[in-house]
Amino acid sequence: MKEEFEGTPEWSDELLARRRKRAAVMGWVLAGFVVLFFLVTVVKLGSNIVQRAL
Amino acid sequence: MANNSTDLPVFDTSVPRADDVSDATKEIVSEMASAADYFELLKPRVMSLVVFTTLIGMIMASTGADGGVHPVVAFTALLLIALGAGASGALNMWYDADIDANMERTRTRPIPSGRISKDSALAFGLTLSAGSVMCLGVFVNWLSAGLLAFTIFFYAVVYTVWLKRHTAQNIVIGGAAGAFPPVVGWAAATGTVDVLPVLMFAIIFFWTPPHFWALALLKNKEYTENNIPMMPVVAGSKNTRFQILAYSLVMAGFAALPALLGHAGLFYALFSTALSAVFVVMSFWLFIATDARQAAASKALFAYSILYLFLLFAGFPADKLIGI
Repeated sequence: MKEEFEGTPEWSDELLARRRKRAAVMGWVLAGFVVLFFLVTVVKLGSNIVQRAL
Repeated sequence: MANNSTDLPVFDTSVPRADDVSDATKEIVSEMASAADYFELLKPRVMSLVVFTTLIGMIMASTGADGGVHPVVAFTALLLIALGAGASGALNMWYDADIDANMERTRTRPIPSGRISKDSALAFGLTLSAGSVMCLGVFVNWLSAGLLAFTIFFYAVVYTVWLKRHTAQNIVIGGAAGAFPPVVGWAAATGTVDVLPVLMFAIIFFWTPPHFWALALLKNKEYTENNIPMMPVVAGSKNTRFQILAYSLVMAGFAALPALLGHAGLFYALFSTALSAVFVVMSFWLFIATDARQAAASKALFAYSILYLFLLFAGFPADKLIGI
């Protein structure tokens, strides 16, 4: 059921802090994936180089 | 952990849930969610079982003739498979939010408690699903990626949308989704599928009905009130308990097959037989339980079923390690 809040929602300090914290967690997760995918690329490239036809 | 409504300065949970408000206020309401709330959408407890069975599939695959993969690739595959399983959990919570809100066990989940909007959960689930499948394909192999995609589709669409609200066989057929992870793990490690991962699939597939129906017997009233056709709701307690016993026997048979077919040794044979014997005895105890003892027997079987699967799958690498 749709209903409106009474009053106007506000960006309180608490909500802004939560948004910053979510953004920080997302940033760390993305950075972790960047590192992981770089390592996988190195591992896969490395094995291909070792197994290349001479 | 999930947010507690009491620490919200502007809104508390007595205000409308994130989906009960207009678009103008939806954005700011969704700001109540923390990263932990999004993690909760992934069903971490289910994910832990997925991670474990996937890991066992990968370990066993790496001991075979096809060999294994580099530890970094194996870790990446495990992470992506876990994320894919978690994504299907988020999609399940998105679709089932109406049921979850009415059940004691699930009403504190992020969507029914109003911490995350349905739209956000859907976007989160779809993004993670597509991302995990694509990355698994690119960085590991496309067979495991295809199997992961099918697993997500099976859980989120076949089980959640088609089966759960429409047939008492929902858990029986839907159990396939939970049975795929060791097969996906094996495929990630070798690029193929062999007999052992198929047996692992069968063990989890026939384990799921006794496991879930033991819980359904305990939550029968809530499932009945929400018109969810779980087996105890449709067939009654006595019939369900008979089916639990029957599935337990079939499961015990499949649990013995890896040793009988030469894919596991003496240690696994003895260990799995002991574990399965306890499972069957507990199922039989539930089957003959009086009304007064049924709840205790259901609770005990449900708890043991989780321990059983962890120990049984741990028995595979332990058997290789011991080597008898």
